[in-house]
This record gives sequence, structure tokens and C-alpha cells, in this order.
Amino acid sequence: MEDIKQPTFAAGDFKNEQTARWCPGCGDHAILNVLHKAMAEVGVAPKDTAVISGIGCSSRLPYYMNTYGMHTIHGRAAAIATGVKTARPDLTVWQISGDGDGLAIGGNHFIHALRRNIDINILLFNNKIYGLTKGQYSPTSDRGFVSKSSPYGTTEDPFIPAELVFGARGKFFARGFDITLDTTREIMVAAARHKGTAVVEVLQNCVIFNHGIHTWLSDKAVRAERTITLRQGEKMLFGKDNEKGLVRDGFKLKAVTIGEDGYTIDDVLVHDAHTEDDILHRQLALMDGHDLPLALGVIRDVEAPSYEADVEAQVSEVKAKKGFTSLRDMILRTSETWTVE
Amino acid sequence: MLQSTNVKTLDKVVVRFSGDSGDGMQLAGNIFSNVSAGEGNQISTFPDYPAEIRAPQGSLSGVSGYQVSVGKDVHTPGDRADVLVAMNPAALKTNLKYLKPDGIIICDGDSFTPANLKKALYATDDPITELGIDPARIMLVPMTTLLKHTLADSGMDQKGIMKCKNMLALGLICWLLDRPVDKVLAKLQAKFAKKPAIYEANEKVIHAGWDYGHNTHASMPTYRIETEVASPGVYTDVNGNTATAWGLIMASEKSGRPLFLGSYPITPATDILHELAKRKDLGVKACQMEDEIAGVCSAIGASYAGHLAVTTTSGPGLALKSEGIGLAVMAELPLVVIDVQRGGPSTGLPTKTEQTDLMQALYGRNGESPLCVLAAASPTDCFTMAFEAARIAIEHMTPVVLLTDAFIANGSSAFRIPEENDFPIIKPNFVTAEQLENGWKPFDRDAETYARYWAIPGTEKGMHRVGGLEKDFNTSVISTDGPNHERMVKVRREKVARIANDIPELEIQGNPEAKTILVGWGGTYGHILTAATELNKAGTPVALAHFRYINPLPKNALELLGKYDRIIVAELNTGMFADYLQMHMPGKEILRINKIEGQPFLVKEIVDGVNNLIAEA
Repeated sequence: MEDIKQPTFAAGDFKNEQTARWCPGCGDHAILNVLHKAMAEVGVAPKDTAVISGIGCSSRLPYYMNTYGMHTIHGRAAAIATGVKTARPDLTVWQISGDGDGLAIGGNHFIHALRRNIDINILLFNNKIYGLTKGQYSPTSDRGFVSKSSPYGTTEDPFIPAELVFGARGKFFARGFDITLDTTREIMVAAARHKGTAVVEVLQNCVIFNHGIHTWLSDKAVRAERTITLRQGEKMLFGKDNEKGLVRDGFKLKAVTIGEDGYTIDDVLVHDAHTEDDILHRQLALMDGHDLPLALGVIRDVEAPSYEADVEAQVSEVKAKKGFTSLRDMILRTSETWTVE
Repeated sequence: MLQSTNVKTLDKVVVRFSGDSGDGMQLAGNIFSNVSAGEGNQISTFPDYPAEIRAPQGSLSGVSGYQVSVGKDVHTPGDRADVLVAMNPAALKTNLKYLKPDGIIICDGDSFTPANLKKALYATDDPITELGIDPARIMLVPMTTLLKHTLADSGMDQKGIMKCKNMLALGLICWLLDRPVDKVLAKLQAKFAKKPAIYEANEKVIHAGWDYGHNTHASMPTYRIETEVASPGVYTDVNGNTATAWGLIMASEKSGRPLFLGSYPITPATDILHELAKRKDLGVKACQMEDEIAGVCSAIGASYAGHLAVTTTSGPGLALKSEGIGLAVMAELPLVVIDVQRGGPSTGLPTKTEQTDLMQALYGRNGESPLCVLAAASPTDCFTMAFEAARIAIEHMTPVVLLTDAFIANGSSAFRIPEENDFPIIKPNFVTAEQLENGWKPFDRDAETYARYWAIPGTEKGMHRVGGLEKDFNTSVISTDGPNHERMVKVRREKVARIANDIPELEIQGNPEAKTILVGWGGTYGHILTAATELNKAGTPVALAHFRYINPLPKNALELLGKYDRIIVAELNTGMFADYLQMHMPGKEILRINKIEGQPFLVKEIVDGVNNLIAEA
């Protein structure tokens, strides 16, 4: 086979000399390192990569990248990233948002980016708290959550990010932890390779204001029991020795132990992220670690036309069809005119 | 053709077409204006749409109007009409106030049915007496009857026949105002090229209208309208919104930067989005976003990505965009923001005109947030100022707000289609390869303009981050240092101030030797110019200064204004530009003429205003 020489990149090529200023122990440090690695694996040059963030702790991330980048205003990263990508489809565009930035103040842009299916990779850092403003509940905080702005507990239900993604007809959703870094890197790479809006929810720990919020799921001692990592074409198995699996139970999903109650490995579902129909994807994404394990990995990854590509194609098509050579040519050929000698 | 013995020669004539929204008055008006322009007249038009989307037929609230002035020295659509075309009793009632006392009315006599009179809330069955109209000045034309006779053999149904009523009125106007019927027909033929039967019917109807006028009303005065020699070139008729869109496209051609529009529909700015969406055929990427904020934000993204980026809106939308514009101020990105002003505050009077967003454009952001503010003076000036907004944004790396308004956005006049070299090349302030080799930093600046350099994604060694946080003057990395912040605030202010070195100086019009100077800005130019001309003619000497560059002001502006004893600012608000000038000229008394009725000035209001202020002194 012919060996085609492609420029290759190392994680260090995406990293700049700035020292990351997140709190010691913050999950963002690990996510940043993983992102550098994922970008190297994707192989798009730093000069062709743009990282756009909103406001919040996680949104500081572009300052620690050796790429093009913009740290913008609260909630608007998706809209700005949409502008970057629509203007320049040749760039690979990443959006960095927290749960407040992406789902509260930026909720409208989030769902519309998904609806349009603009080809951006959204990393949603979900720590279920407002960290930068020092500890208020967020739109992903559980009902009853006590914080500085909810001293008696919240009286409202949270968003489940995956549910919003599916509600907005999203084509790609993946989930990882800030401590299961191999999986998180893999899903970032998959997100970058997906054409269309890709949402990667990273469950992240805020060491100061919401320490341990995900520990009951992510702690090594319980992780194998309370989470399941989904892989394309593989059986949905989990547990310390992969002894458990997900099976259909009427319209619902059920976790079973293989060899018990008459269930065999043949009953266990096989993951297919590429199925157009999103019913099973929704069910998997909504598993929360209580009765059924929380799903990690790429849950949905479906091809569909992307906004910027269709804009570009439409512009090329009408340009070719009309064949105007300039503004003046267009006016002369489409308007009623008269000449003054 | 028999020449009427009663021919008046006029410098200009104002015609107002009025009827139900479905009566085709805009089309009739439009053809009349374009044919007049082709005859060498100057034209200025103003469509007056009803507020309701579809009010009941025949009702007072459903009347739409189209006013046009044609002739010589035409700078406004005219205060009052010489000829009013009213297609029904409701149109007659609502539009009579726009007619000159000696003006002529052409009315559909067949429309005076009891049902229509009732819908238009007449108290009697004699609207002419009820409205106090001199019967000698009204032509009650049995339009419906004429139409039915004319098109009896056409095979058209009743509905189709009635649709030609506007052309009957146009035929009458052609007779009254000596417009060439063949030119009108040529325009119609082009419009109905694919529907020859419709064209034929309209042709018959236009002739019928002309013949009716000629045969029955020869005693009415007819008019000959003066023409004016315009600069040679190819012309078309354009409204301000379309001209704005075209000016941006010209700037894209001259800068080599592809044009991106992020917008959200809002009256009266939406037609710019419509035009630019069509102009995908010239490579424009026009995106209708999910809200006003996404409109400006997508434009900021496109600007960072190297495009000529624009967002278009009206007052309430500008309010929503303020935080985004602040980001463009801080990140020092080129951005054109177009605000087609309408009546406010809040939803206000969405279809009406005002100049009440000046302070919002200048100061409506948090923090010290200076930017360049421009204002277009007329429908065709929208082209020039949209080009200027883009030029300044790109060359000076700053957001620019261009203020237009509903009056010039919807109004139209004859536009000379620019030729290749009429507008200058725009030179983006790109970072050079040499700078990139030598440790360039994103907030390094041009020593003269203070503009930072533009490094477009994809450029080797140009990777950089910008954002809303304050940056260090020397290192371009984020900084919370107090003295550095003060320095950066002053640098950004100075950068905008230095745009004054790159814009035309203020010119004084009217009588420069006068002691009184009349001052205006933006879309009131036509009215103020006409008022100044009338005042000077009537023996009241006035100079005139009209501002299109608001921030920064032209370099010579304050010195020039300072020479006059009396400065009078006329504007469609409670005195925003007057206050702004006052701030720059603390010792000087600034007099004011203000109107906030959602309507343009009448020339007479300005003339009276100036005379009153002079008399009071």
C-alpha cells in the first residue's frame, strides 16, 4: 500500500505556555489534557482548529490552547461557534460550555445548534453547580439541591442534557467522566469525526462547591456496577466481570445477571449508535445509575446533512445558476434601469 | 394628441395613491415613479403601510398609501400631495389630510356604496359634502363600470377584472401628469411577460383610463413637470433597505472579504435580510438565526473567522445585541451593526419612523465601550454609508453602528448604479508574515490608527485567543491590573477617535454666510435641505450642516458650528443629537426643533420652527 505522508500532531502541539488557572483538583485540568490528546489523534492542525467558549470556569479553556480561540460571553458560545463554522466550513470548531452556560442562559442557542446540525463539537462540562459565581444551583442540579441560592433546597426539576439533545433532534450524544479518561478521549475523537452537532457531556467534579457530586457513580469501587460503557456493535455488558447485561423487558430496559432467571448472553442487547430511530438511544441515555447503570460512551451517532455544508452547497448552486459576475452585473440584469447620457 | 389648453408647469408634483391593501396602489405608484425617473425627473417615494397585517376590506385601518414626488430638486416625498388617488371612501377619508388645499382628487365613484360608506364610518350618504371637498377638485370616475365595459370581452371573471382597477387609475394619472403611456406599457409588458392575457387586459385598461380623462375632464388643469439633468450613468429605483444590502456587497467586493449576515426578522429592517438572502447568488451567506443575540453572535464568529460580518436589526433588537457588541468592542473585531430605527420605546410603533436610537447606539453598552456611529441621509445614501460602515470596521478593527430609519429604509429614489472605480479598495488590517515570524501578539496595534491586526484562522503561526476579558497592553494575555485596564480603555477610545482622520470633513450647505445654522443628522436630510432652501429663498438666510458621521464627529465640525450665532438642531426625537453636540460645545446654546409622531418632518414644520426660533431671539 502506498504510504501517504500526513502531518501528524502530538498533544503538546495543541497546548500553550499559559498555566491553567483552575482550582487544584478541578476536573477541568484532566479534561484539558485529554482534549489535547484527542485533538492530536483527530489530526487537524492547530491552525485549522478554533475553540469557542462562553463564560464559566470551563470556558477559560481556550486560553490554554495553542489553536485559534475565543472566550466569549455568557451562553452565546453555540451562536458564535455557528458563525465561525458557517463562515469557514474548513475549520474544525469546538465549543466549551458548562451546564449553566450551555443549558441555562445559552439553552436557546444549544437547542438551535442541534436543530440546524451545524458541524461543531460541544463539550458540555456538567458539574451541576455554578462554580465561577461561587456556588449557586444550576439547571442540572437535582430537585431539592441545597446551595447558596437555594438554602432550603431547590423546588424545580433539572434538565437531563441528553434529553434536551434528543428533544432538539440531536444526531450525536456521548457521555464520559473527568476521571475515565480513555473513554472520554475516545468520545471526543468520535465527536470530532462526526459530521454535525456533537454533544459530549463530561461529568466533572467541582472540588470547591460541589465536591463528589458524581462520586456515587464514578468511584472505582462502584463504577463497574453503576455505569455501563457502550461500544458500537458490542453487547451491553457491565459489572466487575461483565457478568451483567441490558435486556428488553417489554418497552423497558432491564439489567440482568447472565445465567440467572433464565437470561443468557444471547438476550443481551447489542449497541448500535448509528440507528436512525432514537427510542433505544433515549432509553439508554436516560439511565441514571439508580435502577439501571449510567451509560457512558457514544450513545447516538447518526449521519444527517449539516448546516454549513448545505449553506455552502446552496451558495455554490445559485451562484453557478445565476452566473452574476459582480454586484453591478446583478443589478443590471435583475432591475428596471434607465440610462442618462 | 390634443393639447389641453390648461397646462401648468411645475418644478415638482406630489402624487399620493391610496386604497385597500389589495388595491395594488404600491404597484401603480411604483410604475409611475420609475417611468418619471426614466423621463429625467428626480423621484422620492414613501410607502405608508397600515399597522394591521390584513385589516377588513374597505375599513379605515386597512388603507395603505404610496406617496411620490417627482420633478426637479426633489429631496423628499413632499409634505402634501398635489394629486390624491383614493380607491374607496375609507381611503378618501384617511388621506384627505395629506392633500394640498388646491390639490386634485381622483376617486372611484362606484365605490361610494352604502356598505362602503358605513365601513368607513361616514355619517351621511354624501362623503364629499361631509368632508367639505370642493366638487370642482374631485374627479368621481366610475371605475368599476368602466372596467366592466372595457374588459367585457376579455373572458376574465369579476375578480380578475377588479384587479385591473389600479391600472385604470394609473392611466388617468398618465393623462393628468403627461406621462408617456408607451413607457408604462413597456414596464407592464416586462412584468407580465409570462402572462400575455393579463398584460393585454391591463393595456386596454390603461388606455381606457387615459381616454376617460382626456374626453371628460379636459377642463381640469394638467401638468408638465420639470426635469433635471442627472450625472450620466445607468440608474435604477432603490429603497434604503435594498441600498444598504447592496452597499455591503460592494464593500465585500472591494475588501475581498466574503459577506456574512446573522440576522433575525424585525420590522422595518427585515428587507435587508430578504435582499441578502437572495444574494446568495453573489456568494453572500445570509443566516436567519434563532434570535437577535444569535444574529450578532454568529456575525462575531464569522468576523473572527475572517469575513465581513454584519447583523441587521431595529431598536429593540439593538438592545438585545448590546452585550455581543460589547464583546466585539473588547475583542476589537470588525462588525457592522445596522439599526433601522423605528418608533419606541419597547415595541413602540414598529412601522413608523423615529431617530430615537442615537443614545443607545452611542452609549447602550456596559463599561467604557466606544464604537463608531454613522447615519445614512437618504435611501440611496444607505448604499454609501453601508459601504463606509464596512470600510471603517475592517480598516479600523472596530464595530460600527449604522443608523438608518423606517422612512429612508422604505422610501426610494433614483440610484446611479456604481461603476467599477466609484468606490475605493478596502484594505483589511491583516497581520503580515513578517510580523508572525517576529513574535506577533493579537493586541499589537498600528501606530497611527491604533487598530490591532487581523489574523485569520488557517494562518500558520497566527493562532491566538481573543475574548471579553481585559488584555494586557504589552503581552495581550488576560490581565486584571488596574493601570493596564485604564490604559486599554483609553487606547480603545483613542482608536475610535482617530477614525476622524479617515472620514470626510463636514461641508456647510445653504448660505454659509448666515448667522443661523440648521443642523440635522441621518434620514431627515431631504426635509432639512428643502427647508433650508425655502428659508433662503424667502429671505431668511440659513446655513445647513448635516451629519452622517456621528462618532467620531468630522474633525472640523465643532469649529465650523462654533462660528454661527444660532445653532438649531432639527431631529425626530426629544433632542438626542442636540444633547450630544451640547456635550461637545458646553458654552454654546443649542436650539431645537423636535417631532416624535412616528412620521417624518414636514418641510413646513422645519421652516416654521426656524422662523419661530429666530423671532423669539
